[in-house]
Amino acid sequence: MSRNAMIDEWYPVGLASQLDAQGRKTTLMGEPIEVRLGDDGNAMVTGGNGRALPVCVRYGHVWSSPGEPHRALFAIPEADQPGRRLVDVGVVRVRCSPLRAVENFLDIAHFPFVHTDILGAEPHTEVQNYKVEIREDEDEVWATQVKFYQPQAARSAEGGITTEYMYRVPAPTCSILYKTCPPRPGEWDVITLFVQPLAEDLCDVWPWMALFDDETPMTDLIHFQQTIFVQDRSILENQIPGLLPLDPGMEIPTRADLTSVAYRRWLKRHGYTYGAQLVAQ
Amino acid sequence: MKLYDYVLSPSCYKARLMAALAGVKLDIRPVDFHPGAEHRGPELMALNPAGSIPILEDGDLVLTESSAMLVYLAAKAAPQWLGNDTAGEAARVQQWLSFSHRLTASLGAARLHEMLLRPGNIDVFQGQGTTALRELEAGLVEQHIRGQRFLASDRPSVADIACFPYVALAPDGGVSLDPYPLIRLWSRAIRGLDGFIEMPGIHRLHELSPEPVPGEA
Repeated sequence: MSRNAMIDEWYPVGLASQLDAQGRKTTLMGEPIEVRLGDDGNAMVTGGNGRALPVCVRYGHVWSSPGEPHRALFAIPEADQPGRRLVDVGVVRVRCSPLRAVENFLDIAHFPFVHTDILGAEPHTEVQNYKVEIREDEDEVWATQVKFYQPQAARSAEGGITTEYMYRVPAPTCSILYKTCPPRPGEWDVITLFVQPLAEDLCDVWPWMALFDDETPMTDLIHFQQTIFVQDRSILENQIPGLLPLDPGMEIPTRADLTSVAYRRWLKRHGYTYGAQLVAQ
Repeated sequence: MKLYDYVLSPSCYKARLMAALAGVKLDIRPVDFHPGAEHRGPELMALNPAGSIPILEDGDLVLTESSAMLVYLAAKAAPQWLGNDTAGEAARVQQWLSFSHRLTASLGAARLHEMLLRPGNIDVFQGQGTTALRELEAGLVEQHIRGQRFLASDRPSVADIACFPYVALAPDGGVSLDPYPLIRLWSRAIRGLDGFIEMPGIHRLHELSPEPVPGEA
Protein backbone atom coordinates (compact mmCIF):
# COMPACT_ATOMS: atom_id res chain seq x y z
CA MET A 1 0.00 0.00 0.00
CA SER A 2 2.69 2.44 1.09
CA ARG A 3 4.83 2.02 -2.00
CA ASN A 4 1.81 2.41 -4.27
CA ALA A 5 0.92 5.80 -2.83
CA MET A 6 4.25 7.24 -3.91
CA ILE A 7 4.28 5.42 -7.24
CA ASP A 8 1.48 7.68 -8.50
CA GLU A 9 3.38 10.92 -7.83
CA TRP A 10 5.40 13.10 -10.22
CA TYR A 11 9.21 13.14 -9.98
CA PRO A 12 11.95 15.15 -11.71
CA VAL A 13 14.04 12.96 -14.03
CA GLY A 14 16.23 15.44 -15.91
CA LEU A 15 16.85 19.00 -17.03
CA ALA A 16 14.62 20.11 -19.90
CA SER A 17 17.57 22.08 -21.32
CA GLN A 18 19.65 18.90 -21.59
CA LEU A 19 17.06 16.74 -23.38
CA ASP A 20 18.42 15.17 -26.56
CA ALA A 21 17.48 12.42 -28.98
CA GLN A 22 20.26 10.19 -27.67
CA GLY A 23 18.56 10.05 -24.29
CA ARG A 24 19.73 9.56 -20.77
CA LYS A 25 19.43 6.43 -18.70
CA THR A 26 18.48 6.88 -15.08
CA THR A 27 16.43 5.19 -12.34
CA LEU A 28 13.10 5.97 -10.73
CA MET A 29 12.14 4.12 -7.55
CA GLY A 30 14.28 1.16 -8.48
CA GLU A 31 13.10 0.99 -12.09
CA PRO A 32 15.57 1.73 -14.90
CA ILE A 33 14.11 4.42 -17.15
CA GLU A 34 15.21 6.39 -20.18
CA VAL A 35 14.53 10.09 -20.74
CA ARG A 36 14.89 11.49 -24.24
CA LEU A 37 13.61 13.89 -26.85
CA GLY A 38 11.11 12.10 -29.10
CA ASP A 39 10.88 12.46 -32.88
CA ASP A 40 7.93 14.82 -32.40
CA GLY A 41 10.08 17.21 -30.35
CA ASN A 42 8.45 16.27 -27.05
CA ALA A 43 10.05 14.69 -24.01
CA MET A 44 9.60 10.93 -23.71
CA VAL A 45 10.18 8.69 -20.72
CA THR A 46 10.34 4.92 -21.13
CA GLY A 47 10.08 2.45 -18.26
CA GLY A 48 12.04 -0.72 -17.64
CA ASN A 49 9.72 -2.93 -19.70
CA GLY A 50 9.57 -0.45 -22.59
CA ARG A 51 6.24 1.09 -21.60
CA ALA A 52 5.73 4.82 -22.03
CA LEU A 53 5.57 6.64 -18.69
CA PRO A 54 3.58 9.82 -18.01
CA VAL A 55 5.62 12.91 -18.79
CA CYS A 56 5.42 16.67 -18.43
CA VAL A 57 7.96 19.48 -18.74
CA ARG A 58 7.76 22.20 -16.12
CA TYR A 59 10.01 24.38 -13.94
CA GLY A 60 13.10 23.63 -16.03
CA HIS A 61 12.77 19.88 -15.59
CA VAL A 62 11.28 16.80 -17.19
CA TRP A 63 8.83 15.08 -14.81
CA SER A 64 7.61 11.53 -14.87
CA SER A 65 5.97 8.88 -12.72
CA PRO A 66 6.27 5.11 -12.46
CA GLY A 67 2.50 4.93 -11.86
CA GLU A 68 -0.55 6.94 -12.84
CA PRO A 69 -0.68 10.42 -11.33
CA HIS A 70 -4.19 11.36 -10.19
CA ARG A 71 -3.56 15.07 -10.66
CA ALA A 72 -1.39 17.49 -12.61
CA LEU A 73 1.99 18.52 -11.27
CA PHE A 74 1.66 21.07 -8.43
CA ALA A 75 1.45 24.74 -9.40
CA ILE A 76 4.09 27.35 -8.65
CA PRO A 77 2.29 30.51 -9.84
CA GLU A 78 5.37 32.68 -9.11
CA ALA A 79 7.35 30.73 -11.70
CA ASP A 80 5.34 32.40 -14.48
CA GLN A 81 5.74 35.94 -13.13
CA PRO A 82 7.55 38.15 -15.64
CA GLY A 83 10.98 39.43 -14.65
CA ARG A 84 12.18 36.38 -12.78
CA ARG A 85 15.48 34.67 -13.62
CA LEU A 86 14.99 30.90 -13.86
CA VAL A 87 18.05 29.01 -12.63
CA ASP A 88 18.81 25.36 -13.46
CA VAL A 89 21.19 24.46 -10.66
CA GLY A 90 21.94 20.94 -11.96
CA VAL A 91 21.85 17.50 -10.39
CA VAL A 92 23.67 16.39 -7.25
CA ARG A 93 23.49 12.72 -6.21
CA VAL A 94 23.22 11.95 -2.51
CA ARG A 95 23.38 8.56 -0.82
CA CYS A 96 20.43 9.24 1.47
CA SER A 97 16.68 8.74 1.65
CA PRO A 98 14.81 11.10 -0.69
CA LEU A 99 12.59 12.03 2.27
CA ARG A 100 15.68 12.89 4.35
CA ALA A 101 16.80 15.29 1.61
CA VAL A 102 13.46 17.13 1.78
CA GLU A 103 13.40 17.16 5.57
CA ASN A 104 16.87 18.71 5.72
CA PHE A 105 15.72 21.42 3.31
CA LEU A 106 12.89 22.27 5.73
CA ASP A 107 15.23 22.67 8.70
CA ILE A 108 16.47 26.11 9.76
CA ALA A 109 18.28 25.30 12.98
CA HIS A 110 21.36 23.88 11.21
CA PHE A 111 22.12 27.06 9.24
CA PRO A 112 24.72 28.59 11.60
CA PHE A 113 26.61 25.30 11.93
CA VAL A 114 26.55 23.92 8.38
CA HIS A 115 26.16 27.07 6.26
CA THR A 116 28.35 29.18 8.52
CA ASP A 117 28.63 32.85 7.57
CA ILE A 118 26.21 32.38 4.65
CA LEU A 119 22.77 31.32 5.88
CA GLY A 120 23.57 31.65 9.58
CA ALA A 121 26.24 32.50 12.11
CA GLU A 122 26.82 32.09 15.79
CA PRO A 123 25.64 33.46 18.15
CA HIS A 124 22.43 34.05 16.13
CA THR A 125 21.22 30.47 16.53
CA GLU A 126 17.70 30.99 17.85
CA VAL A 127 14.79 29.77 15.74
CA GLN A 128 11.88 32.02 16.66
CA ASN A 129 8.35 30.68 16.79
CA TYR A 130 6.71 30.14 13.45
CA LYS A 131 3.44 28.72 12.16
CA VAL A 132 2.99 25.27 10.64
CA GLU A 133 -0.13 23.75 9.14
CA ILE A 134 -1.29 21.00 6.84
CA ARG A 135 -3.57 22.89 4.44
CA GLU A 136 -6.45 20.53 3.84
CA ASP A 137 -7.74 22.15 0.62
CA GLU A 138 -4.43 22.04 -1.18
CA ASP A 139 -3.23 18.98 0.74
CA GLU A 140 0.15 20.59 1.34
CA VAL A 141 2.43 21.23 4.32
CA TRP A 142 3.10 24.94 4.92
CA ALA A 143 5.40 26.72 7.37
CA THR A 144 5.02 30.51 7.53
CA GLN A 145 6.42 33.45 9.49
CA VAL A 146 9.80 31.78 9.72
CA LYS A 147 12.44 34.39 10.56
CA PHE A 148 16.17 33.93 10.78
CA TYR A 149 19.24 36.14 10.94
CA GLN A 150 21.47 35.54 7.95
CA PRO A 151 24.92 36.99 7.19
CA GLN A 152 24.49 36.54 3.41
CA ALA A 153 20.96 35.36 2.69
CA ALA A 154 21.24 35.42 -1.10
CA ARG A 155 23.85 36.14 -3.72
CA SER A 156 22.22 39.58 -4.03
CA ALA A 157 22.26 40.34 -0.28
CA GLU A 158 24.77 42.86 1.06
CA GLY A 159 25.59 42.13 4.69
CA GLY A 160 23.44 40.50 7.34
CA ILE A 161 19.66 40.73 7.36
CA THR A 162 16.79 39.02 9.13
CA THR A 163 15.25 36.94 6.40
CA GLU A 164 11.66 35.77 6.33
CA TYR A 165 10.80 32.40 4.88
CA MET A 166 7.81 30.30 3.94
CA TYR A 167 8.16 26.59 3.26
CA ARG A 168 5.78 24.51 1.25
CA VAL A 169 5.68 20.75 0.59
CA PRO A 170 3.31 20.04 -2.31
CA ALA A 171 4.58 16.50 -3.08
CA PRO A 172 6.42 13.90 -1.01
CA THR A 173 9.85 14.59 -2.52
CA CYS A 174 9.49 18.26 -3.49
CA SER A 175 9.71 21.39 -1.43
CA ILE A 176 9.45 25.06 -2.30
CA LEU A 177 11.00 27.80 -0.24
CA TYR A 178 9.76 31.39 -0.47
CA LYS A 179 12.29 33.84 0.82
CA THR A 180 12.63 37.59 1.34
CA CYS A 181 13.87 39.08 -1.90
CA PRO A 182 16.51 41.75 -1.11
CA PRO A 183 16.29 43.71 -4.43
CA ARG A 184 12.47 43.63 -4.52
CA PRO A 185 10.77 44.00 -1.12
CA GLY A 186 7.22 42.67 -1.18
CA GLU A 187 8.05 39.82 -3.54
CA TRP A 188 9.37 36.38 -2.63
CA ASP A 189 12.30 34.60 -4.22
CA VAL A 190 11.44 31.00 -5.07
CA ILE A 191 13.97 28.28 -4.32
CA THR A 192 12.96 24.68 -4.85
CA LEU A 193 14.31 21.27 -4.05
CA PHE A 194 13.07 18.64 -6.49
CA VAL A 195 14.17 15.14 -5.49
CA GLN A 196 14.26 12.13 -7.80
CA PRO A 197 14.09 8.93 -5.72
CA LEU A 198 16.44 6.34 -7.26
CA ALA A 199 16.14 3.94 -4.34
CA GLU A 200 14.95 4.21 -0.75
CA ASP A 201 18.45 5.28 0.26
CA LEU A 202 19.68 7.05 -2.89
CA CYS A 203 18.46 10.15 -4.69
CA ASP A 204 19.29 12.70 -7.35
CA VAL A 205 18.55 16.23 -6.17
CA TRP A 206 17.63 18.93 -8.69
CA PRO A 207 17.53 22.36 -7.06
CA TRP A 208 15.85 25.08 -9.14
CA MET A 209 15.23 28.77 -8.56
CA ALA A 210 13.04 31.63 -9.84
CA LEU A 211 14.60 34.86 -8.57
CA PHE A 212 14.25 38.58 -8.93
CA ASP A 213 17.91 39.46 -9.48
CA ASP A 214 19.02 41.28 -12.61
CA GLU A 215 22.55 41.92 -11.39
CA THR A 216 24.19 38.65 -10.45
CA PRO A 217 25.68 36.58 -13.28
CA MET A 218 23.89 33.25 -13.83
CA THR A 219 27.00 31.21 -12.95
CA ASP A 220 27.25 32.97 -9.57
CA LEU A 221 23.61 32.13 -8.83
CA ILE A 222 24.25 28.47 -9.69
CA HIS A 223 27.42 28.33 -7.60
CA PHE A 224 25.73 29.95 -4.59
CA GLN A 225 23.03 27.27 -4.52
CA GLN A 226 25.46 24.41 -5.26
CA THR A 227 27.65 25.61 -2.39
CA ILE A 228 24.72 25.49 0.02
CA PHE A 229 23.52 22.10 -1.14
CA VAL A 230 26.93 20.41 -1.16
CA GLN A 231 27.54 21.71 2.38
CA ASP A 232 24.47 19.64 3.31
CA ARG A 233 25.45 16.58 1.31
CA SER A 234 28.02 15.04 3.66
CA ILE A 235 25.67 15.58 6.60
CA LEU A 236 22.81 13.87 4.75
CA GLU A 237 25.02 10.90 3.89
CA ASN A 238 25.84 10.38 7.57
CA GLN A 239 22.40 10.58 9.16
CA ILE A 240 21.33 7.63 11.29
CA PRO A 241 19.03 5.84 10.69
CA GLY A 242 19.33 6.20 6.93
CA LEU A 243 15.58 6.00 6.36
CA LEU A 244 13.37 8.81 7.69
CA PRO A 245 11.80 7.62 10.96
CA LEU A 246 8.01 7.97 10.99
CA ASP A 247 7.60 6.22 14.35
CA PRO A 248 7.00 8.95 16.94
CA GLY A 249 8.86 6.86 19.50
CA MET A 250 12.13 7.24 17.66
CA GLU A 251 13.07 10.86 18.29
CA ILE A 252 12.20 13.77 20.55
CA PRO A 253 11.54 16.86 18.43
CA THR A 254 11.90 20.44 19.68
CA ARG A 255 9.84 23.49 18.75
CA ALA A 256 12.26 24.32 15.93
CA ASP A 257 11.34 20.98 14.33
CA LEU A 258 7.63 21.77 13.85
CA THR A 259 7.88 21.69 10.06
CA SER A 260 9.59 18.33 10.13
CA VAL A 261 6.94 16.97 12.50
CA ALA A 262 4.14 18.13 10.17
CA TYR A 263 5.97 16.74 7.11
CA ARG A 264 6.38 13.34 8.75
CA ARG A 265 2.75 13.31 9.89
CA TRP A 266 1.59 14.21 6.37
CA LEU A 267 3.79 11.49 4.82
CA LYS A 268 2.40 8.92 7.22
CA ARG A 269 -1.21 9.97 6.63
CA HIS A 270 -0.83 9.43 2.88
CA GLY A 271 1.27 6.31 3.08
CA TYR A 272 4.19 8.14 1.45
CA THR A 273 6.73 5.80 2.95
CA TYR A 274 9.25 5.06 0.19
CA GLY A 275 12.47 6.00 2.02
CA ALA A 276 10.84 5.94 5.46
CA GLN A 277 11.28 3.72 8.50
CA LEU A 278 7.87 2.85 9.92
CA VAL A 279 8.81 1.16 13.17
CA ALA A 280 11.75 2.24 15.32
CA GLN A 281 14.53 -0.35 15.26
CA MET B 1 45.82 37.32 -10.72
CA LYS B 2 42.74 35.79 -12.28
CA LEU B 3 41.50 32.31 -11.42
CA TYR B 4 38.98 30.52 -13.63
CA ASP B 5 37.21 28.78 -10.82
CA TYR B 6 34.50 26.26 -9.97
CA VAL B 7 33.36 26.36 -6.37
CA LEU B 8 32.96 22.56 -6.06
CA SER B 9 36.28 21.68 -7.73
CA PRO B 10 38.98 20.47 -5.33
CA SER B 11 41.69 21.46 -7.85
CA CYS B 12 40.36 25.03 -7.99
CA TYR B 13 40.17 25.01 -4.20
CA LYS B 14 43.91 24.19 -4.04
CA ALA B 15 44.65 27.51 -5.74
CA ARG B 16 42.13 29.42 -3.61
CA LEU B 17 43.48 27.86 -0.40
CA MET B 18 47.13 28.50 -1.27
CA ALA B 19 46.33 32.10 -2.19
CA ALA B 20 44.50 32.60 1.12
CA LEU B 21 47.36 31.08 3.11
CA ALA B 22 49.92 33.19 1.22
CA GLY B 23 47.82 36.35 1.53
CA VAL B 24 47.32 36.74 -2.24
CA LYS B 25 44.07 38.26 -3.47
CA LEU B 26 42.63 36.41 -6.48
CA ASP B 27 40.25 37.81 -9.03
CA ILE B 28 37.74 34.94 -9.29
CA ARG B 29 36.08 34.23 -12.63
CA PRO B 30 33.36 31.60 -11.97
CA VAL B 31 33.06 28.88 -14.62
CA ASP B 32 29.76 27.04 -15.14
CA PHE B 33 31.37 23.58 -15.00
CA HIS B 34 28.14 21.86 -13.92
CA PRO B 35 25.57 21.76 -15.39
CA GLY B 36 26.76 24.15 -18.17
CA ALA B 37 30.08 22.44 -19.17
CA GLU B 38 31.49 25.91 -19.87
CA HIS B 39 35.06 24.58 -19.49
CA ARG B 40 34.50 22.69 -22.78
CA GLY B 41 33.30 25.82 -24.55
CA PRO B 42 35.32 27.79 -27.12
CA GLU B 43 36.52 30.58 -24.79
CA LEU B 44 38.06 28.27 -22.23
CA MET B 45 39.27 25.64 -24.71
CA ALA B 46 41.23 28.42 -26.42
CA LEU B 47 42.87 29.23 -23.11
CA ASN B 48 43.41 25.61 -22.06
CA PRO B 49 43.23 22.95 -24.81
CA ALA B 50 43.12 20.26 -22.10
CA GLY B 51 39.60 21.48 -21.26
CA SER B 52 40.22 21.45 -17.53
CA ILE B 53 39.95 24.02 -14.77
CA PRO B 54 41.43 25.76 -12.81
CA ILE B 55 43.27 28.17 -15.08
CA LEU B 56 45.41 30.89 -13.49
CA GLU B 57 46.29 34.01 -15.45
CA ASP B 58 48.81 36.60 -14.31
CA GLY B 59 49.75 38.98 -17.09
CA ASP B 60 51.28 36.88 -19.85
CA LEU B 61 51.53 33.82 -17.69
CA VAL B 62 48.80 31.20 -18.12
CA LEU B 63 48.92 28.13 -15.88
CA THR B 64 46.65 25.11 -16.29
CA GLU B 65 48.24 22.70 -13.79
CA SER B 66 47.23 23.21 -10.17
CA SER B 67 50.66 22.18 -8.81
CA ALA B 68 52.31 24.89 -10.93
CA MET B 69 49.81 27.40 -9.52
CA LEU B 70 50.71 26.43 -5.96
CA VAL B 71 54.41 26.87 -6.69
CA TYR B 72 53.79 30.20 -8.40
CA LEU B 73 51.65 31.58 -5.56
CA ALA B 74 54.18 30.43 -2.97
CA ALA B 75 57.21 31.73 -4.89
CA LYS B 76 55.54 35.10 -5.28
CA ALA B 77 54.16 35.70 -1.84
CA ALA B 78 55.17 33.01 0.66
CA PRO B 79 58.45 31.32 -0.36
CA GLN B 80 58.64 29.36 2.90
CA TRP B 81 55.80 27.22 1.46
CA LEU B 82 58.12 25.95 -1.30
CA GLY B 83 59.79 23.66 1.23
CA ASN B 84 63.28 23.58 -0.34
CA ASP B 85 65.54 24.06 2.70
CA THR B 86 67.30 20.75 2.19
CA ALA B 87 67.73 18.39 -0.74
CA GLY B 88 65.56 15.80 1.01
CA GLU B 89 62.76 18.26 1.69
CA ALA B 90 62.79 19.64 -1.86
CA ALA B 91 62.64 16.11 -3.25
CA ARG B 92 59.80 15.12 -0.94
CA VAL B 93 57.83 18.16 -2.05
CA GLN B 94 58.24 17.11 -5.68
CA GLN B 95 57.38 13.51 -4.84
CA TRP B 96 54.04 14.47 -3.25
CA LEU B 97 53.23 17.07 -5.89
CA SER B 98 53.45 14.33 -8.51
CA PHE B 99 51.63 11.88 -6.29
CA SER B 100 48.73 14.33 -5.96
CA HIS B 101 47.71 13.59 -9.57
CA ARG B 102 46.94 10.02 -8.56
CA LEU B 103 44.52 11.36 -5.93
CA THR B 104 42.77 13.44 -8.60
CA ALA B 105 42.49 10.48 -10.97
CA SER B 106 41.16 8.12 -8.30
CA LEU B 107 39.40 9.90 -5.40
CA GLY B 108 38.51 12.87 -7.60
CA ALA B 109 37.00 10.63 -10.26
CA ALA B 110 35.07 8.66 -7.61
CA ARG B 111 33.65 11.92 -6.25
CA LEU B 112 32.59 13.17 -9.69
CA HIS B 113 30.96 9.81 -10.36
CA GLU B 114 29.10 9.62 -7.06
CA MET B 115 28.12 13.28 -6.84
CA LEU B 116 27.79 14.72 -10.34
CA LEU B 117 27.03 11.45 -12.22
CA ARG B 118 30.19 11.44 -14.36
CA PRO B 119 30.72 8.08 -16.13
CA GLY B 120 33.42 5.56 -15.24
CA ASN B 121 34.15 2.45 -13.23
CA ILE B 122 33.52 3.39 -9.61
CA ASP B 123 35.10 0.19 -8.22
CA VAL B 124 38.37 1.00 -10.00
CA PHE B 125 38.31 4.64 -8.84
CA GLN B 126 37.62 3.68 -5.24
CA GLY B 127 40.19 0.85 -5.30
CA GLN B 128 42.93 3.09 -6.65
CA GLY B 129 41.90 5.81 -4.20
CA THR B 130 42.25 3.40 -1.29
CA THR B 131 45.71 2.36 -2.49
CA ALA B 132 46.76 6.02 -2.67
CA LEU B 133 45.35 6.76 0.80
CA ARG B 134 47.29 3.82 2.27
CA GLU B 135 50.45 5.16 0.68
CA LEU B 136 49.78 8.63 2.07
CA GLU B 137 49.07 7.23 5.53
CA ALA B 138 52.37 5.31 5.39
CA GLY B 139 54.19 8.48 4.34
CA LEU B 140 52.68 10.38 7.25
CA VAL B 141 53.63 7.58 9.66
CA GLU B 142 57.26 7.93 8.55
CA GLN B 143 57.07 11.68 8.99
CA HIS B 144 55.50 11.15 12.42
CA ILE B 145 58.43 8.95 13.44
CA ARG B 146 60.78 11.73 12.30
CA GLY B 147 58.80 14.11 14.50
CA GLN B 148 57.33 15.99 11.54
CA ARG B 149 53.64 16.77 11.13
CA PHE B 150 53.51 17.61 7.42
CA LEU B 151 54.38 15.73 4.25
CA ALA B 152 57.81 17.22 3.52
CA SER B 153 58.93 18.65 6.88
CA ASP B 154 57.57 19.95 10.17
CA ARG B 155 55.94 22.90 8.47
CA PRO B 156 53.36 22.91 5.72
CA SER B 157 54.39 23.20 2.09
CA VAL B 158 52.78 23.30 -1.33
CA ALA B 159 52.85 19.49 -1.24
CA ASP B 160 50.36 19.41 1.63
CA ILE B 161 48.02 21.78 -0.19
CA ALA B 162 48.30 19.68 -3.37
CA CYS B 163 47.22 16.51 -1.55
CA PHE B 164 44.78 17.82 1.06
CA PRO B 165 41.57 18.61 -0.91
CA TYR B 166 40.99 15.30 -2.69
CA VAL B 167 41.91 13.40 0.48
CA ALA B 168 39.59 15.45 2.71
CA LEU B 169 36.75 14.95 0.21
CA ALA B 170 37.29 11.19 -0.22
CA PRO B 171 34.02 10.40 1.63
CA ASP B 172 32.13 12.33 -1.10
CA GLY B 173 33.23 9.55 -3.45
CA GLY B 174 32.28 6.79 -1.04
CA VAL B 175 35.80 6.24 0.36
CA SER B 176 35.95 6.43 4.16
CA LEU B 177 38.83 8.08 6.02
CA ASP B 178 38.08 6.13 9.21
CA PRO B 179 41.01 3.67 8.73
CA TYR B 180 43.65 6.45 8.55
CA PRO B 181 44.37 8.14 11.89
CA LEU B 182 47.42 10.10 10.71
CA ILE B 183 45.60 11.40 7.65
CA ARG B 184 42.89 12.69 9.97
CA LEU B 185 45.46 14.36 12.28
CA TRP B 186 47.24 15.90 9.29
CA SER B 187 43.94 17.12 7.88
CA ARG B 188 43.14 18.71 11.23
CA ALA B 189 46.56 20.42 11.31
CA ILE B 190 45.92 21.91 7.86
CA ARG B 191 42.44 23.07 8.80
CA GLY B 192 43.97 24.77 11.86
CA LEU B 193 46.41 26.91 9.83
CA ASP B 194 46.12 30.69 10.03
CA GLY B 195 44.26 31.94 6.99
CA PHE B 196 42.69 28.54 6.19
CA ILE B 197 39.53 28.75 4.10
CA GLU B 198 36.90 26.05 3.59
CA MET B 199 35.03 24.70 0.58
CA PRO B 200 31.70 22.85 0.42
CA GLY B 201 32.34 19.44 2.00
CA ILE B 202 35.39 20.61 3.97
CA HIS B 203 34.26 22.26 7.17
CA ARG B 204 36.30 24.64 9.28
CA LEU B 205 37.39 23.63 12.76
CA HIS B 206 34.63 24.60 15.15
CA GLU B 207 35.48 27.67 17.17
CA LEU B 208 33.49 26.55 20.18
CA SER B 209 35.74 23.55 20.76
CA PRO B 210 39.30 24.87 21.20
CA GLU B 211 42.18 22.43 21.32
CA PRO B 212 42.94 21.35 24.87
CA VAL B 213 46.27 22.84 25.94
CA PRO B 214 48.54 20.41 27.85
CA GLY B 215 49.21 21.54 31.40
CA GLU B 216 46.17 23.80 31.58
CA ALA B 217 43.35 22.70 33.79
